[in-house]
Amino acid sequence: MATTFNTLIAANRRKSTWLVIGFLVLFMITVYAFAVFLIGDDPRSGIGPAILALLVGGLVALLSYYKGGNLVLAMSRAKEIKKENDPQLWNVVEELSIAGGLPMPRIYLIDDTALNAFATGRDPQHAAVAITKGLRSQLERAELQGVLAHELSHVRNYDIRYSMLLAVMVGLLVLLADVFRRWLWWGGGRRRSRRSGEGGGGGMAIIAVVAIVLSIIAPLLAKLIQLAASREREYLADASAVELTRYPEGLASALEKLGKDKEVLEVANRATEHLYIVSPFKPFEARAKGMLSTHPPLADRIHRLRALEGSGPPR
Amino acid sequence: MGLVLIVILVLIAIAVFGVIGIYNSLVGLRQTVRNAWSQIDVQLKRRYDLIPNLVETVKGYAKHERETLEQVVQARNAAVSAQGVQQQAQAENALTGALRQLFALSERYPDLKANQNFLALQEELATTENRISFARQHYNDSTATYNTRVQSFPANILAGMFNFTSEPFFEIEDAAQREAPKVQF
Repeated sequence: MATTFNTLIAANRRKSTWLVIGFLVLFMITVYAFAVFLIGDDPRSGIGPAILALLVGGLVALLSYYKGGNLVLAMSRAKEIKKENDPQLWNVVEELSIAGGLPMPRIYLIDDTALNAFATGRDPQHAAVAITKGLRSQLERAELQGVLAHELSHVRNYDIRYSMLLAVMVGLLVLLADVFRRWLWWGGGRRRSRRSGEGGGGGMAIIAVVAIVLSIIAPLLAKLIQLAASREREYLADASAVELTRYPEGLASALEKLGKDKEVLEVANRATEHLYIVSPFKPFEARAKGMLSTHPPLADRIHRLRALEGSGPPR
Repeated sequence: MGLVLIVILVLIAIAVFGVIGIYNSLVGLRQTVRNAWSQIDVQLKRRYDLIPNLVETVKGYAKHERETLEQVVQARNAAVSAQGVQQQAQAENALTGALRQLFALSERYPDLKANQNFLALQEELATTENRISFARQHYNDSTATYNTRVQSFPANILAGMFNFTSEPFFEIEDAAQREAPKVQF
């Protein structure tokens, strides 16, 4: 048991490091390319901006690492709660932290009637779990326990670090590409017509090409976000949740309720989609059969949980 | 000559770091087991502290149930003063049984069941029961990890040298007691 967990943790740490490196390299190359095209034909003119990009990118990476969790929570408009606000929810989380030997995470509520939950943070010492008010009010104690055990499993095996970095950094790149594309379509076009006499047409054409390439890359990056939260991660968290609660039916019946909900969670977006326990964009069962889905089909997850029933010692 | 010396030094360095690594991991695992054990005590104490409050609340509504209430108080006091693991386990189980009876009895008093204070206490006791069994579960999980480490090669050599011994599991003897100490409401 411990070996598997240690392997998972090590893998997630390694992946997080590579993600940061990949982000820095991509960011530097992009800025370098832009600089060379904008300033002149000399390839050396891009070196300065590239170094600047490395510094800025490093800063972004540091911010993502230390503040990414808060950023994701703010993006989802989640509000932190204390024990007095909801003793039962608080107790359930604290029970599970005891079961997993983890520090108590912060608890957040999302003011939305859609049913969903997620966990984020850089490590178990700086973790947070968030649940929508809709899900909170619909679940029985045992179901709530199952859902939160699933989230705490993401915390325990450091899934949260990787998915948080992914959400913030790749999300930012996608956003930049989107902004740039729009600027080129609207503002960029006007600017060119004003300066048409200066002979910058060739440079602009190249930028246009780069922009088109970027606008193709942006959705690809979005897909990367979705794929990174592989189905395997969700199955694993389901199984680890049962290891904590020793009660598969709790999570299974919660997933059933989640499956019946067809409401879209407005605060979720493409950058944070993969964090949630079920896809926030519904109906997703049909799409889940496709290769590029972030979440495995719910029916299959429920089936696997029910298969675990009775295999462990009763509690 | 020089090369042989370097190879020998490198091998010694690897061995030293290996030993340090294994030793530290053993210390870490043993510490986890000890923490897990003390967590059980923390949660048991939490339950002792809740009971007087519960009894006071119930007393106001169910005056005729003095016997059940006394049983709960007695079971609690027996658990607090229990000596040794065996006696402790018995006393804790008696207490769980007495509490269950108390909550079953509350069904007969609608006023009591509607009391906010009682409802809050019910939740606190439910969570405490869960915490106790989760703490035991965590103790057993971490003990299993630690024991495996202590008994497997090559850590077992170091474990023998530095006196790391296997820890006992927390076991409940009676099969009926093994069944979830869950309070149903």
